[in-house]
Amino acid sequence: MTKLFTTAAAVALMAGTALAQQDTITVGMQLEPPNLDPTGGAAAAIDEVVYANIFEGLTRFGPDGSIQPALASEWEVSEDGTVYTFTLRDGVSFHDGTAMDAEDVVFSLNRARAEDSTNAQKALFAGITEVEAVDPLTVRVTLSEPNGNFPFNMAWGDAVIVAEETIEQAATTPIGTGPFTFTEWVQGDHVTISRNENYWGEAPALATATFKFIADGNAAFAAMMAGDIDVFPVFPAPELVSQFEADPRFTVIEGSTEGETILAMNNAVAPLDDVKVREAISHAINRQEIIDGAMFGYGTPIGTHFAPHNPDYVDLTETSNYDPEAAKALLAEAGAEGLSLRLMLPPPTYARRGGEIIAAQLREVGIETEITNLEWAQWLEQVFTGKDFDLTIVSHTEPADINIYARPDYYFQYDNADFQALIADLAVESDPEARAAMNKEAQETIANDFVNAYLFQLAKVGVANANIEGLWENAPTQANDLTDVRWTE
Amino acid sequence: MLRFALTRFVSLTLSLLIASLVIFAVIEVIPGDPARYMLGINASEDAVAALREQLGLNDSLALRYLDWLGGMLTGDFGLSYTYKVPVSELVMQRLWVSLPLALYALALSTLIAIPVGLIAAARRGSAADYSIMGATQLGIAVPNFWFAMLLVLIFAVTLRWFSAGGFPGWDAGFWLGVKSLTLPAFALALPQASILARVMRSALIETLGEDYIRTARAKGLSRRQATVRHALRNAMIPVLTIIGLQFSFLLAGAIIIENVFYLPGLGRLIFQGITQRDLIVVESLVMLLVFAVILVTFLVDVAYAAVDPRLRRGR
Repeated sequence: MTKLFTTAAAVALMAGTALAQQDTITVGMQLEPPNLDPTGGAAAAIDEVVYANIFEGLTRFGPDGSIQPALASEWEVSEDGTVYTFTLRDGVSFHDGTAMDAEDVVFSLNRARAEDSTNAQKALFAGITEVEAVDPLTVRVTLSEPNGNFPFNMAWGDAVIVAEETIEQAATTPIGTGPFTFTEWVQGDHVTISRNENYWGEAPALATATFKFIADGNAAFAAMMAGDIDVFPVFPAPELVSQFEADPRFTVIEGSTEGETILAMNNAVAPLDDVKVREAISHAINRQEIIDGAMFGYGTPIGTHFAPHNPDYVDLTETSNYDPEAAKALLAEAGAEGLSLRLMLPPPTYARRGGEIIAAQLREVGIETEITNLEWAQWLEQVFTGKDFDLTIVSHTEPADINIYARPDYYFQYDNADFQALIADLAVESDPEARAAMNKEAQETIANDFVNAYLFQLAKVGVANANIEGLWENAPTQANDLTDVRWTE
Repeated sequence: MLRFALTRFVSLTLSLLIASLVIFAVIEVIPGDPARYMLGINASEDAVAALREQLGLNDSLALRYLDWLGGMLTGDFGLSYTYKVPVSELVMQRLWVSLPLALYALALSTLIAIPVGLIAAARRGSAADYSIMGATQLGIAVPNFWFAMLLVLIFAVTLRWFSAGGFPGWDAGFWLGVKSLTLPAFALALPQASILARVMRSALIETLGEDYIRTARAKGLSRRQATVRHALRNAMIPVLTIIGLQFSFLLAGAIIIENVFYLPGLGRLIFQGITQRDLIVVESLVMLLVFAVILVTFLVDVAYAAVDPRLRRGR
């Protein structure tokens, strides 16, 4: 009897530990966030920790990229499309216990659009002329002109609602309204967050989650294999993923991102100011070879600057299909034979590996390239700000960012007045059908002008313990929303 | 004696001052704007300008240099651009990983190298000597990150005795901390021990051939007694030099091993600081390391004097 009892106790104890293990998770990330304030920096790693976990905005991105209510339960647009009235949820409080109300929204939006604001996406707030608290649960935002995209803009991590009293400390101790509260940050090693018991919505299944930072691909592999990491939402070494596919303990999650990876061309300098030369380069590129060679098969070919999973996407890969003979003919026609171009490569693998392959493909049609590898800071200074380059490879990870082609001073320097007018119209259009038509026109315009060579949509390849569910498959924004994540057994 | 200490102090201060000037100049001229790096490619020009103002990047170089120098003298290393926490806090956190790791690796390397070198020298030409020499040759040739990966595969992935990396923090418990530094320390110690063992062996062989050893043997000391009592001590000078150099290297140069084991150490902090253009962190950290190297060199000098009384008189 005693023995039986002991066994039962032991079983109960084991079950207890098993249960205890099931509500914590360790998430691997390649880069550590420099700080935890999403309103003061562009580093994707910040949002990957705090977005939808610690901080929330008026609206939010759902896992499929749709815009969903968050702190605002609903909103109305005035007839002329310039006044948005947001109704806030009742009973929402910040992690320090203070209530979240209309005044906090007014503060957050005004802070982001202020003259001395250091918000990395200040353009999201550009059209706002006034933000008023009508009553504690109602906020009225007045825009200078209609903006059909406004609820989308408010879903970004850069537009989260913060409290005036605590925002100064957000870099190291973020205080938001989300389902998780910040617990600790051991710099260089990990950030831990814990379940917010007073969350306004349904409390998450996980009691704590730890984000651990592992920069090296081989180290990430070892950490997954050793069981130190439960999930690596963006696995840093695609070449090692096949080993996880073969192992029943793990699942490989392949999804899409908002990252259009392009071979950007300097449209303002010869010979790339000639559309024929740009067209030739676009035809010289074999996309699948780059996807296979640089990304180990992960990625979707694109023919324009738009995400293939977006309903408005048009497949224009045929406009710039792989045709080296056509490329040679175009170069001859343009009188641009024997070209030598400078190819500047930032650090990510897609650029470094992709650059080697592109150089070889361009050589096939008679274009020599001189490759320079740059660190990010150098790339930003020389290529992005200084515009001192011919070709570069970069992934544009912001969602719905085709409007960058309407900025003539943007680094690839595409200047087309018709396109700029189209984007200006698109910004004020709120009818979905009209928007879809305009989006299509925009995609076609830049594809037919061969502004850049469009390579592929960056894939999100993650690896997770097979017993975890509720992870985002796609990355409509850079986030690791852990609200619905749970262990299945 | 006072005069000696004074000149020594002046030269130390001068070296530090020159180092600070060189470090500041070199780091400020590398291209890359910290504000632009932080705000990324979608940021508007006025947001970048506002951040530059906030970080004080618009002040003149001379002013920023003096600010930095003055701050360091009063123990204020400034605020990290990206982490937004005081640099001293950041460095102290990392130092609590890097310093124990360096000491651990150094202890391992010394504990392995000295007996091994001793045996090889004492049995010069024997099979033991040849196999030790072969093994140390291999130890120097094998890159330490490869050895580190091998250790991870065996002890973390297959046997699961250790975790594959990371550092839980000393708060999690002393032994947990030591445990998580064990594989990295071995990976770091292997090439160091190999070098040290070879230096130990050749230094010992040289001293064993000296006249005073023959005299000691003639006086009736056994081979072992002569080695331990007379040769070992004299062979220590080159060994100490190497240990001093190795310590400086281990403190700052463990970056590759820190990456393999994703340890939050000083090497990775410098690396991150450079890529993120967190100039103030890089400047202060390099300065600190210069100081550490100068200090270690000084301590090695003192240690010379301890093993060799002739050096104490300061000739």
